[in-house]
Amino acid sequence: MLVADRVIALGIIALSAYFMWYAIALPIGWNGEAGGPGGGAFPFWLSLVMALCAVGILIRSFREQRLLDPFFDRETMRSVVAVAVALVVTIALISYVGAYVAIVLFLLWYLKIFGQHGWVLTGLLTVATPIFLFFFFEVTLKILLPKGITEPYFIPLYAAFF
Amino acid sequence: MEVLSLLADGFATSLSPLNLMIVLLGVTAGLFIGAMPGLGSVNGVAIVLPLTFIVPPSSAIILLAAIYYGAMYGGAVSSVLLGIPGASTAVATTFDGRPMAQKGEAGLALIAAATASFIGGTVSVVLFTLFAVPLADLALAFGPAEEFALVLLAFTTFVGLGGDDVLKTIIMICLGLVLSTVGLDLISGQPRLIFGDLPGFYAGISFLVLAIGVYGVGEVLHTIETSKSAPQVTPAKLTFSELAAGLKAMNRLWKTMSIGSFLGFFVGMLPAAGATPASLMAYGIARSTSKEPETFGKGNIEGVAAPETANNAASTGSLLPMLTLGIPGSPTTALLLGGMVMWGLMPGPMLFIEQPDFVWGLISSLYTANFAAVAINLALIPLFVWALRMPFTVLCALVLILCIVGGFAPSQKMHDVWLIAAFGFGGYLLRKADYPLAPLVLALVLGPLMEKSFRQTLIAEQGNVFAFVERPLSATFICIALLFFILPLLKHLRKVLRKDVSAPAE
Repeated sequence: MLVADRVIALGIIALSAYFMWYAIALPIGWNGEAGGPGGGAFPFWLSLVMALCAVGILIRSFREQRLLDPFFDRETMRSVVAVAVALVVTIALISYVGAYVAIVLFLLWYLKIFGQHGWVLTGLLTVATPIFLFFFFEVTLKILLPKGITEPYFIPLYAAFF
Repeated sequence: MEVLSLLADGFATSLSPLNLMIVLLGVTAGLFIGAMPGLGSVNGVAIVLPLTFIVPPSSAIILLAAIYYGAMYGGAVSSVLLGIPGASTAVATTFDGRPMAQKGEAGLALIAAATASFIGGTVSVVLFTLFAVPLADLALAFGPAEEFALVLLAFTTFVGLGGDDVLKTIIMICLGLVLSTVGLDLISGQPRLIFGDLPGFYAGISFLVLAIGVYGVGEVLHTIETSKSAPQVTPAKLTFSELAAGLKAMNRLWKTMSIGSFLGFFVGMLPAAGATPASLMAYGIARSTSKEPETFGKGNIEGVAAPETANNAASTGSLLPMLTLGIPGSPTTALLLGGMVMWGLMPGPMLFIEQPDFVWGLISSLYTANFAAVAINLALIPLFVWALRMPFTVLCALVLILCIVGGFAPSQKMHDVWLIAAFGFGGYLLRKADYPLAPLVLALVLGPLMEKSFRQTLIAEQGNVFAFVERPLSATFICIALLFFILPLLKHLRKVLRKDVSAPAE
């Protein structure tokens, strides 16, 4: 926990520095003529406050020596990372093979492999979810989800519903 | 009574068939969302918000408010039946709700929770109606200086009253404010903080993206961690004789319930406090004023009634500053505020003048939602028992899909979906390291207002920094804000001093 606290504090300092690097593109000081601070001032000084607080947390973590529970236990780490990776892969796939293929693959993995559910439940949900999404978003709201290379297969469906 | 006629007009809006249906739908959805362990009103509103494009804006807000309302009722269900709070706001309900269920009185506990929620909700909606107009009138006198001071006050309540680590709270407020500046500078119109020159950042970071990331994806990851085994559902059945017995038992608890309602309403108005501390405080008061405090924690019906009145009253209370001042009283109302801005309904005093139909429609819909929630809650108890058996892996998978698709729908950019994933992972880690998430979301929603009012004031006053303390109202707000800010320092100082005094004696 102590180590994680320090790593996160360091991460926040790095993030603040990154924000400040971008913020100085606009004036960060007092804008003499117009009155008031320039466009970069708000993000710059707030990032600085953020960095200072993170430094405070860092210093504090070295002053108190207490051993708490580990931040991650092995099992949690495995399941959380598995889901996170699956989510990233799904989002990446959406651009190439389209939302419908990616979501079906995600549900298959999540329900059958990760959740270890039976085929009946898995099958029911993997079929029902895309159908619901299609009717809710595309037909009712007229919001087209990304299709990627599967776009041509949807043309007959568009013709039927629009 | 001008208020009454306005309210009557409001009912004309909220009792239209469409809005009535929406209230029923929202309350039912909210009840289920609230009942699911891990999902509370804030998660429900975040996930459902993108789906509300299906109805007109004013009805969409009524729908979200109804979900908010229903979720407050629903939170008690899993507290009683699973012993796991359905949302953090229902933590105090587990203290006595769970022992009651174990004694075989699950039905009675649920009746108590529903009735108490109804009382708390009704009292606070009446208070809301009475306070709304005076507060909005007061807010009409606000200029940019007051707006800035008020936003500052909202943030300092997190520092002074939030109860989380002060440094971590300040970091989250700053992070939210910095993220809110991404996009085009409000005054000069120049692009700023366009990370990696990605065009997606020109439009800024939508509150919705952060909320879905943190409260959708982040919450799922958190649930995966905390719920490794399927929970044990206590069966509950409801008979009319039990209902009569429950109502009779509640009839003795008027004192507890009125304290809970008033306390909840006023605590709920504070941005940092809200429903969770309000319910814990109400529980504490009920126990300490009780004639038999030793029965608390062992299944005393009063221990269910007190927190449930308070958390429902608080949820209405936190709507009051959001609607009248434009300053949300809780993360959920921050999302409602973001949603209203997205639909062009700018909360604040002008809304009462420009859109009275909408405002009073919304307020009167709270009355309808309250009646609907108590009836649906009691009627659907068998269904809740069934729904709570749903495995987490199914729930989480569906929530993640909704996060992806719901995040894509408003802007139709994959950029936002990637940001949602990033905020989800970041939010999960930060939450695990005890960083509070509510100030982050509030800061992102209020950031543009804060920066705009700050810079507008300075431009109007030719850079005179004392402009903020020259006007009486804004000076008062700034003073209270400073007080909240130094409160943790004073507490710390007292601790240090006391240690010094007591040290030699040991």
